[in-house]
Amino acid sequence: MKGLRKFLDKAKPNFMPGGKYQKFQSVFEGLETFLLTPNTVATSGVHIHDSNDSKRTMSVVILALMPALLFGIYNIGYQHYLAIGEAEAGFLAMFCFGLLALLPKIVVSYVVGLGIEFIGAQIRGHEIQEGFLVTGILIPMICPINTPVWMIAVATAFAVIFAKEVFGGTGMNIFNVALVTRAVLFFGYPSKMSGDAAFVATDPAFGMGAGTVTDAFTGATPLGQAAIHAGEGVPQLTNILGEPISTLDAFIGLIPGSVGEVSTLCILIGAAILLITGTASWKIMGSVFVGGFVMSLIANTFASAAYPVSMLAPIDQLCLGGFAFAAVFMATDPVTGARTETGKYIYGFLIGVLAILIRIYNGGFPEGAMLAVLFMNAFAPTIDYCVVNANINRRLKRAKATNK
Amino acid sequence: MSNFKLKKGVNLSLEGAVSGTSTTQVSAKRYAVVPDDFTGIIPRLEVKEGDKVLAGDALYHDKNHPQIKISSPVSGTIEAIERGERRKILSIVILPDSENQFKVFNAKDAKELMLESGLWAAMRQRPYDIVPDPDVAPRDIFVTAFDSAPLAAPMSLQVAGKEEYLQKGIDALGKMTEGKVYVGCAPEAELSLKGCEVNTFAGPHPAGNAGVQLANVKPVNKGETVWTLDAVTVARLGELIATKKLPVETIVAVVGENVTTPKLVKCTMGADIASLTAGNIADVAGSRIISGNVLTGVKVAANGYLQFPYRQITVIPEVKNDAEFMGWASLSPKKFSLYRSFTCRLFGTRKPFSFDSKLNGGERAIIMSGEYDRMLPMDIYAEYLIKAIIAFDIDKMEQLGIYEVAPEDFALAEFADTSKLPLQRIVREGLDKLRKEMN
Repeated sequence: MKGLRKFLDKAKPNFMPGGKYQKFQSVFEGLETFLLTPNTVATSGVHIHDSNDSKRTMSVVILALMPALLFGIYNIGYQHYLAIGEAEAGFLAMFCFGLLALLPKIVVSYVVGLGIEFIGAQIRGHEIQEGFLVTGILIPMICPINTPVWMIAVATAFAVIFAKEVFGGTGMNIFNVALVTRAVLFFGYPSKMSGDAAFVATDPAFGMGAGTVTDAFTGATPLGQAAIHAGEGVPQLTNILGEPISTLDAFIGLIPGSVGEVSTLCILIGAAILLITGTASWKIMGSVFVGGFVMSLIANTFASAAYPVSMLAPIDQLCLGGFAFAAVFMATDPVTGARTETGKYIYGFLIGVLAILIRIYNGGFPEGAMLAVLFMNAFAPTIDYCVVNANINRRLKRAKATNK
Repeated sequence: MSNFKLKKGVNLSLEGAVSGTSTTQVSAKRYAVVPDDFTGIIPRLEVKEGDKVLAGDALYHDKNHPQIKISSPVSGTIEAIERGERRKILSIVILPDSENQFKVFNAKDAKELMLESGLWAAMRQRPYDIVPDPDVAPRDIFVTAFDSAPLAAPMSLQVAGKEEYLQKGIDALGKMTEGKVYVGCAPEAELSLKGCEVNTFAGPHPAGNAGVQLANVKPVNKGETVWTLDAVTVARLGELIATKKLPVETIVAVVGENVTTPKLVKCTMGADIASLTAGNIADVAGSRIISGNVLTGVKVAANGYLQFPYRQITVIPEVKNDAEFMGWASLSPKKFSLYRSFTCRLFGTRKPFSFDSKLNGGERAIIMSGEYDRMLPMDIYAEYLIKAIIAFDIDKMEQLGIYEVAPEDFALAEFADTSKLPLQRIVREGLDKLRKEMN
């Protein structure tokens, strides 16, 4: 690695203040610290430090997202070939189609988001921070595959600037940036974000997978179907060709839906990575599932035809839509979530309850996970305030008791 | 008496621990007193270069409380008074006589003896973690009788055979407070003392910290003052009362990865590092020499001195691997972390690890939650307190327990911090600013 070090050292003066490319100082330093771990040593306080840093933390999250992402890519192709009546197209074709369809969105999300981060870091004179590495992959994963690339660009730019940079960058934001991006898309371009045409790629990707959609095709997601179900009885959920699907299908994830959110199984693998490494809080994650289950159970007990989604079994509720994804990857964002240990239980539980509540009782939104997390992001500081205040009151009481 | 079981914190295992209890006597070439070690004291010199002093003679006193004196550990000649920016006194260097001559104190009262002999400055008070104000009577006095810091030599070694002096010291302290004298022991090294409450603390570091012990026994409230000191100082106090001479002997653990043979050295306080480590450091240029332990100690030059209150010299490598390619993705089991995303957790972390002084990352805003709390066995929301200190919101700082803490209590949190924030410095500066504001 000496050669790389030498090369970087040689290039460095150009990027320092006064150099030819001084406006790219933060970009250069970001790249430099990414490639070669800096030799910065402790100058005050403790002389040794834990090996973990935020680069490592973010890498672990990205690693945890991989199973869901890879499955999502495959599922894009699977749904596509199913829709054009070529279900026998092989695994490789399906995966490649999915990759071609998704890659532009990943690239755009990263280029736009990181570009803004670089500019922000340069203006503030900060080091480049790693937060967007996770956000950038989350954004394409929580959007329907048919979201136009330019929309992703606009929404990402809006979210990064107004939900993150204006608050001070990574670690300072109040709302989860990826979810703000999705919210901007959802409220700005509702027709592209829900309905029958959003979740299954029917057009060819870069010339691959051309074909006409079969007559039996309906692009509605299981939750979308449940929401418009009329009459008594549990709605029978179907795949895009009208064939019935079971809870197991929904758990494994070969169903239409937002790219990364379909496979509960893969999401749980990611959850295991996050929990084993200690990167995410099991308190938040667990209580989201508990909250969701409890709310589903209550709704299911008092199921009515007026709210057809309430007829779904609680376990289906947890497997369908973005619920599991939100529980594992969105609610556990430490920056926007509750930060006190007691607060984490309350925060997670309420996200679970709200997500199902919105999903069932608000006809306008077929899915409530995004709104639930954003809503609780706003309330997390209040929850923490109450928890910390209990500590403060305990201290005041103690002082009063001894000063008597 | 109660037995406390503390769960939070961690025992870090470093290479270069000392084995056995045999000590070697070393007489140093130079001795020094570093005024920065006595937080809260503004030095006013009583000596000048070339003066002759006895062990126990005052070198300087506090500007605000002239009765607090800092004394010389050895008899000899003041060789130099080193000054830094704005003539701040960095150190007072003493060239020792061949034989140590002691000043004999004649004060009757234990408190006066302490003040006059300089032993007073070995105590700290909460709030503010400074040398105690002699005009304020403490609510209680807390004595720590074990050192849980990484690579520390057992404190029992220091007080071995001095049980009588310990008891005398406890008796004297008992008269200085209306409250109690609490002694915090490790479960395996419980002291039997009278006239005080002995508690045991089981659990990882920072169980030996005075702040942690007092927070679990009887926390400090606003408006209260407690004194904290260690058993070594108590034994010295007993000896001082008995012999009227200032005890200056100490046992120093010379430890750490870059020490060729880790050993225990018997010497006088303030000894120079060169004498203590002579020929015993593997790679001087690539080493960081720390007076104290790796968590709270101060970095000193190879020609520096053993600073107060440390009884330990730790030598670790400065930077081990130069230019590590994508170090953040490393799967090396040699890298220590509290997170299980590092492979070291698979192979066990009890065995000694090799640490260097690398920061292992860049400074960030606080991202991960609960990291500080896991390292602080006190009923305090550490992250919120740190944020209040950074914002210097005095009301919030008081409410969140600033009076109960000292920088050393945050040392482990600083070690564990993913965001690499200088927590001890933040707390120290916060305490100093707060004291200025309140007085």
